[in-house]
Amino acid sequence: MADKTFTDQNFEEEVIKSNVPALVDFWAPWCAPCRIVSPIIEELAKEYEGKLKVGKVNVDENPNTASQFGIMSIPSILIFKNGQPVKTIIGAQSRENFKKGIEEVLSL
Amino acid sequence: MYDVIIIGSGPAGLTAAVYTTRANLKTLVIAGGKWGGQLMLTTVVDNYPGFPQGIQGPDLMLAMRKQAERFGTEFIDEDFSEGDFDSNPFKIKAGKKTYEGKAVIIATGADTKWLDVPGEKEKIGKGVSSCAPCDAFFFKNKNVIVVGGGDSAMEEALVLTSFADSVAVVHRSETLRASQIMQDKAKKNPKIKFLFNTEVTKILGDEKVTGTELKNNKTGEVSKMDLDGVFVAIGHIPNTIKFKGVEMDEKGYIKVKDHTRTNIDGVFVAGDVHDSHYRQAVTAAGFGCMAALEVDHWLRGQE
Repeated sequence: MADKTFTDQNFEEEVIKSNVPALVDFWAPWCAPCRIVSPIIEELAKEYEGKLKVGKVNVDENPNTASQFGIMSIPSILIFKNGQPVKTIIGAQSRENFKKGIEEVLSL
Repeated sequence: MYDVIIIGSGPAGLTAAVYTTRANLKTLVIAGGKWGGQLMLTTVVDNYPGFPQGIQGPDLMLAMRKQAERFGTEFIDEDFSEGDFDSNPFKIKAGKKTYEGKAVIIATGADTKWLDVPGEKEKIGKGVSSCAPCDAFFFKNKNVIVVGGGDSAMEEALVLTSFADSVAVVHRSETLRASQIMQDKAKKNPKIKFLFNTEVTKILGDEKVTGTELKNNKTGEVSKMDLDGVFVAIGHIPNTIKFKGVEMDEKGYIKVKDHTRTNIDGVFVAGDVHDSHYRQAVTAAGFGCMAALEVDHWLRGQE
């Protein structure tokens, strides 16, 4: 799988200090709309391999990261650049919408 | 060229697809970026026949989709953007492509109706939500309100009690619209209280929700309430805005004649997009079946 698993432990190393922008999918197993988003995110991980680091944070298991970024609704997709969240996309969206968000960040 | 293009992938659209493919009609479902419809935002569904222990809404939809795929339905997981219904074959645009169909079934259902008060829109996902099963988790030991008085408001409130400290149901009229069984469940729960004759007039907070302004519509009294979450369950609006040339009623529901037909010959309709009355998964599925049978009949008449 092209997408990674981010945790409270590795978030700093993998996302904040990442050399390339990072897309983080905040999800949980009990969240139905997250199940719609997951396969789209996995596809995008492949499509943007090398340009964008893509991974998931299970909010059940990693409450600190979720609360640090004020997550109050899932799925929430945050895109980080230089350690900062620069784009937030909340709720299940079409593939095109996610791509638009990614392209926006990559062109910054 | 498809025999039929079904726009929408809730119980109406997917049931229609099962029937049209089994009738050997080449079928495309424009499923949308978020496929599956309203049931994808629910937890357990206890009133869909055939599941004595209930079934999770998303699992039910996945099963319906697999059933439709088994008979050869094609799916496009893109949003419908526009349709040209002026001449047959109809041209249906989704994503970047245009698809042609001899017949169309509109089954786009309905979406959450928001309160439309100041402070709401920008705080969706920051304390404002329409999906307690998705978001209740983030309100552990917090105080929330649910706006609405129907079954879905009761369900949202009950889901929230597993996490929140207190849940107030805010309802604009004096009596609930919810079924007796749901009312009883909610009223029995010690965490849930009710504010009747009360409307939310403003949602407060900068970054996230910190409170609401409430107005008692009997006394006119305005008050403020500190809280962390506002769950909106005041009903739905039909997804019909993109259908030009298709007749609708004053509320935006598609006008139906002879059970499944629209004003355009060859364009049929099924489910919550025309039905403001029953709005059940099982009735939507039934309407999907009816529309599919009529499409099959209509196509034979065209030959």
